[in-house]
Amino acid sequence: MTIVAANDLIIGYGAIPIASGISIALQPGSVTCLLGPNGVGKTTLFKTLLGLIPPLGGAVRIGDDDLADLPRRTIARRIAYVPQAYVSDFAYTVLDLVVMGRTAYLGAFAAPGRADYAIATDALGALGIAGLAERDANRISGGQRQLALIARALAQRAGAIIMDEPTASLDLANRLLVLDRIAGLAKDGLAVLISTHEPEQAFAIADRVAVIGRDNHFATGPVDAVLTPEQLTRLYGVALTVERTPSGRLVVGPAAAPHAG
Amino acid sequence: MDNLSASAPGVDQRDAPDGRTAARATSRSPDASAFRAVQGTGRAAATLVILALLLLGTVLVAAGIGPYRIPPLDVLAAIFRRAIGSAAAGPVETVLFNIRLPRVLAAVLVGAALSAAGAAYQSLFRNPLVSPDILGVSTGAGLGAVVGILLGLPVAAIQLLGFGGGLATVALVAMLARTLRGGGDVLVLVLAGIVVGALAGAAISLVKVLADPYDQLPAITFWLLGSLAGVKPGDVGGVLPVVVFGLAPLILLRWRIGVLSLGDDEARALGIDVSRLRVLVIAAATLITASVVAISGVIGWVGLMVPHMVRLLVGPRFDRLLPASILLGAAFMVAVDTLARSGAKIEIPLGVLTAVIGGPAFVWLLARRRHRELP
Repeated sequence: MTIVAANDLIIGYGAIPIASGISIALQPGSVTCLLGPNGVGKTTLFKTLLGLIPPLGGAVRIGDDDLADLPRRTIARRIAYVPQAYVSDFAYTVLDLVVMGRTAYLGAFAAPGRADYAIATDALGALGIAGLAERDANRISGGQRQLALIARALAQRAGAIIMDEPTASLDLANRLLVLDRIAGLAKDGLAVLISTHEPEQAFAIADRVAVIGRDNHFATGPVDAVLTPEQLTRLYGVALTVERTPSGRLVVGPAAAPHAG
Repeated sequence: MDNLSASAPGVDQRDAPDGRTAARATSRSPDASAFRAVQGTGRAAATLVILALLLLGTVLVAAGIGPYRIPPLDVLAAIFRRAIGSAAAGPVETVLFNIRLPRVLAAVLVGAALSAAGAAYQSLFRNPLVSPDILGVSTGAGLGAVVGILLGLPVAAIQLLGFGGGLATVALVAMLARTLRGGGDVLVLVLAGIVVGALAGAAISLVKVLADPYDQLPAITFWLLGSLAGVKPGDVGGVLPVVVFGLAPLILLRWRIGVLSLGDDEARALGIDVSRLRVLVIAAATLITASVVAISGVIGWVGLMVPHMVRLLVGPRFDRLLPASILLGAAFMVAVDTLARSGAKIEIPLGVLTAVIGGPAFVWLLARRRHRELP
């Protein structure tokens, strides 16, 4: 069953469309990678799928419902959002931050109770950062902060999680760690959508890819079918090739052979 | 800075800052961490009790200070006698109930309201450097009041004009922001606040130029610097219900207002109707600020500084920050007002005192913050 589905979506701000013809379906237990150059509307698409801005055409469906008909609370229980890790002006502890994921389950006048803290702590444990619970979220590494935000999405107990460039601005070790955890979430049955600038990440963990290019170019499908050298070249506007390393990993590089010596 | 809570009887010392390493080792299991979270709530509650006692003590001491000194215990006894209805009409009672307590209670309301509004705005605008005046409520109230003084209106009318001026200014700012940008985002709100505030400031200057320099101008200046010297017993009764009415939604919605500090998109993705909540918070904060500014005049720094101080005690979570800010803000204002009326031969304007105390305290806070953020 599809958790989030959009058909022939037109996205944009106000009355100005940025991209159109977008169809995307998020399945439980799968990772979908969204690729595309800067400024083509990846973030706009995310905001539309989360119901933060309305689509200019088409509709986003969550299960059997039209997103536009659902109150915020209900949306939050079905789709969670993970922003890029940032340093806040407020020094929340990791646990405080994660327990905010329970907001959609609290009464209007209530604060989280013992059960909510238990769920938040479980979420931290699932991502392997239970030991950080009492730490200042501004004083842990970028990778740990990103994992904390993912833990908050887990505490939200939604079927789908949308992550905006979760590995951007992380060092290599943290990148691998976060990617590994994201792959783990899909194994646990969640529908995950992430945006990234690195096609290799799609090869590594994605089941499906969607690409948004300039001039209303949109394509989606299995990773191997979409991320061909031709597609990538068209998408980024530079000649690209896909090569297989001796260990079987796929990497993307410039098509022209590097100069010798 | 956990001194207050760490020295409290019955507070678990292991939870003090140096307990951090212990926390890392013991919170592996979900139960332990959930338990620790509850313990954190207990510590915050203990801090609240201490702050409440601090406020009570400050009120009792402050009510006794003045030309006619009354020991704090006598103050307590007089209040108790009055409460059970066996009030004798001695000089203590006259001074206490007609002069001192109305003013002290007004200071409680002013401090509580400004600090609560400041804490709420800092969360709403995601910026710990925001004060309750950011949308122009004080400037608007000031304009209303100085116009009242210029027209030679009675005090009650001046207060009403101040109150109305504050509300009208923020309403104008909110409407302007809404017109400029559909949802009324935070940046547009702040910019609209600056513009309208500047206009109101210019109008105040114009009124000053037009005012009678011997009679009205001193009154205007005094009002714009803030004072509780003119508070009458009836004022507290008039303002108290408005402040309670405005504080209630802030207290009830404390958790949601805290989530707002994550930013609009995140708060909405977490299930909050941001536009509606923002309007509610602005309305509540404006209501309480305008109502106290109407009796006290413009008092800066309190709403900015008190929530900062409180964060050192209970951390940044709004559900803990708000009640603690209300208590500490009230105690702070009572202390400052007592200094204002008994520190010198003349009445010192409150705005001057809060700036003299607030400025250096704020520099210290910033220096401390900077120091803490370095690795």
